[in-house]
Amino acid sequence: MSIDKLIAEDQPASFAFTEENEAEIVKILAKYPEDKKASAVMPLLDLAQRQHQNWIPMKAIEEIANRLGMAEIRVLEVASFYTMYNLKPVGEFFLQACTTTPCMLRGSDDMMRCIKDRYDIASGETSDCGRFTLLEVECLGACVNAPILQVNDDFYEDLDYETTGKLLDSLEAGTPLPVGSVKGRQGSESEQGATSLTALKAEAEKV
Amino acid sequence: MPKLTVNGIEVEVEDGATILQACEEAGFEIPRFCYHERLSIAGNCRMCLVDMERAPKPVASCAMPAGDGMVIDTQSDRVKKAREGVMEFLLVNHPLDCPICDQGGECDLQDQAMGYGHDSSRYVENKRAVDEKHMGPLIKTVMTRCIHCTRCVRFATEVAGVPELGAIGRGENMEITTYLEKTLASELSANVIDLCPVGALTSRPYAFVARPWELTKVESIDVMDAQGSNIRVDARASQVMRIMPRLNEAVNEEWISDKARYAHDGLRRQRLDTPYVRNKEGRLEKASWDDAFAAIAGQLKKAKAAGTAAIIGDQVDAETIFAMKSLMDKIGSVHMDCRQDGAKLSAKARASYLFNSTIEGCDDADAILIVGSNPRIEAPVMNARIRRNHLLNDVAIAHIGEAADLTYPVSHLGDEIAVLDEIAAGTHPFAKTLAEAKKPMIILGMGALRRADGAAILGRAKQIADDTGMVASDWNGFNVLHVAASRVAGLDLGFVPGKGGYDVDGIVKHAEAGEIKLLWLLGADEVPTAGLDKTFVVYQGHHGDKGASVADVILPGAAYTEKDGTYVNFEGRVQRAQRATFAPGDAKDDWAILRAFSAVINKTLPFDSFEALREAMIEAVPHLGDVDDITPAKWVKFGGAGKLQSGTVPAALDQFYMTCPISRASETMAECLKAAREDATLQAAE
Repeated sequence: MSIDKLIAEDQPASFAFTEENEAEIVKILAKYPEDKKASAVMPLLDLAQRQHQNWIPMKAIEEIANRLGMAEIRVLEVASFYTMYNLKPVGEFFLQACTTTPCMLRGSDDMMRCIKDRYDIASGETSDCGRFTLLEVECLGACVNAPILQVNDDFYEDLDYETTGKLLDSLEAGTPLPVGSVKGRQGSESEQGATSLTALKAEAEKV
Repeated sequence: MPKLTVNGIEVEVEDGATILQACEEAGFEIPRFCYHERLSIAGNCRMCLVDMERAPKPVASCAMPAGDGMVIDTQSDRVKKAREGVMEFLLVNHPLDCPICDQGGECDLQDQAMGYGHDSSRYVENKRAVDEKHMGPLIKTVMTRCIHCTRCVRFATEVAGVPELGAIGRGENMEITTYLEKTLASELSANVIDLCPVGALTSRPYAFVARPWELTKVESIDVMDAQGSNIRVDARASQVMRIMPRLNEAVNEEWISDKARYAHDGLRRQRLDTPYVRNKEGRLEKASWDDAFAAIAGQLKKAKAAGTAAIIGDQVDAETIFAMKSLMDKIGSVHMDCRQDGAKLSAKARASYLFNSTIEGCDDADAILIVGSNPRIEAPVMNARIRRNHLLNDVAIAHIGEAADLTYPVSHLGDEIAVLDEIAAGTHPFAKTLAEAKKPMIILGMGALRRADGAAILGRAKQIADDTGMVASDWNGFNVLHVAASRVAGLDLGFVPGKGGYDVDGIVKHAEAGEIKLLWLLGADEVPTAGLDKTFVVYQGHHGDKGASVADVILPGAAYTEKDGTYVNFEGRVQRAQRATFAPGDAKDDWAILRAFSAVINKTLPFDSFEALREAMIEAVPHLGDVDDITPAKWVKFGGAGKLQSGTVPAALDQFYMTCPISRASETMAECLKAAREDATLQAAE
């Protein structure tokens, strides 16, 4: 992918961190020694992305490079390496669908099909309404509750074709479902409830 | 010093050496793409895998430090298979376009695929394709061929000091690019072409020009700056096709500047290929050698010895300078100068005009004061050494002169010469830094020495050198950085005004006054020519540049690739250049022109061949016979006293790319200059 395909065509003319974020930056930089401040590049990119409708303009990259004493290309290398950074505008709901082996085995294809049926978008595309952007990603690290769809910062788990539809309905309506398993299980406990160490628990309660 | 066994051979290597180096020590070649001796270790190509006893899998020998008692096998079946596997993976996305690739014939990938790869490919899927990237007028990119060794990225960041190249994306989508595809703003940028092991980065001016096996390769010396970088001139028939660096650890390691590499296309344009004589209408007209010599001889009779002067240009070889000096001696004139920029240097003390620390000394210095010089554009390859020293040892570097980005941080002490006075007096804090350093160094540039009070500045610099202990038995930290390849040879040969003679300023002034009636410019194009219309000017040289435009007689000479010659670089190293092609048309070797003219005026010079001339020169100045060697200069008294005039120190060169008749005639250099200026304006606009 050449650089003009990688980054947004319409770039803002300037970028400045908000006052709140400036305060946050001070806190972040305090975590690193002065000569290792380049380590703050990832949190700063994240801040910039959150401040700027979930995508990072090139001016922000230059601003961060300036602040951290890094070459601009070094910041761009980091920003283009990780899928968590968007260099192009994305919809209000940024859907990151995991399709790595465990999720695939547990039916991530159905989840993907549901999104495709509703919005006719493939990985990297934004829906016609402009609210949904889909990105196929590698393992999100929640395999026990596979398949996973990450909506902005939140994980929705145990999805299938139907529940994915419900989730998207709720997002469209502005009343998102509770975060976590759509089947309502807590953490990664068994679907049937606790099956082992039950006696141990009872004993513990006695003491 | 770990001892280890490689294929049954025991070797002992230095601490910190890698297994790859140990294998080479033992005499076994290890294939590699990403590893390069002068760059940091990346370990990402995996081509250098070897078997190590007790290791569960092959190890990357370039990144694994050699340890005591290791047993290495580079010839096992597993190693062979690993190499074949890596090769196959590298070729998965590498196009099969060798027939149209400029790297063909000198390609690491091609050679290693032959040596270590499979005989056929099992890959049937589509290959990836990558868009070309813009990297400026010198570097042509075909990024589909890139194997992501990141040598170019490491070179730009570590050696050139312009961290503009990088790898964006990841996995199969990883691509090498500059930030937003800007021109790579380095004077050493084209070295990435040599570093690239495949045809991803190739030479734009040389694109589709020639194949390496068609070229005759001649080892020579670069004259674009005074460093004397070792080059190899690749020529086909009468044309120089390309110039490549040659390894010389003491001078240029294996880098050369972009100007050294690409100014050669200027050798084809604006050439003087036949003698010219100015006719009565004031027009230059083609003439025969006899007519041209007759015109000069006629003028010489009118001018007499007292009215004759000669100035040597910046790229003249030592033999020609010696021939010119012999001719002037025969004529009896004392008005001669080799310092056409008016630098206040004297030929009396050799230590006063040499880079005494030597280029290798730049690695050892622990405090550096740069005065009136911008090494980045005056000697880019040496500047990379200073940068490396800074990176490794964090040396204190201070700079007096026009503020500039030298690719390493310097404490800029301002551009007022008064600061030098403060350091000499010991009142400036940097004087203490110098005095405390073990191997302090001062680099005095032409920007300072060209000033009217240059001699006094030289004296102050000497005083600083003496006061801060820069000169010891094994170290001399006093350095003059020349920008002209011929300057040190000129001073060594004593091509300076004789008793009562005029220097460049004097010659020009007296030419204006009509006292100098015959002025011989031998390749001298930087002399102020405005007032020379009253004088009869002979221009001997290879390009129709500033000097030729005011000439009354033009004698076409040979450029540096067209003649044998001795050059002395700024550290005093004597090196010999060799003829790669012949000069165009009627142009002749410069010494032969002078010899022929001497016969016309019945003052025949006593050498009939180039060898005889060289012998006579070495007899006159013996150290010019010590080829590839530096004769250290004695530390004696030199330099002027007197007050320094207030004022600023100008830069020695205003830009890098077009500084001599050859580079001014070069289209490639013009493009580079344009690109550099455009980028500068863009940056200023932001």
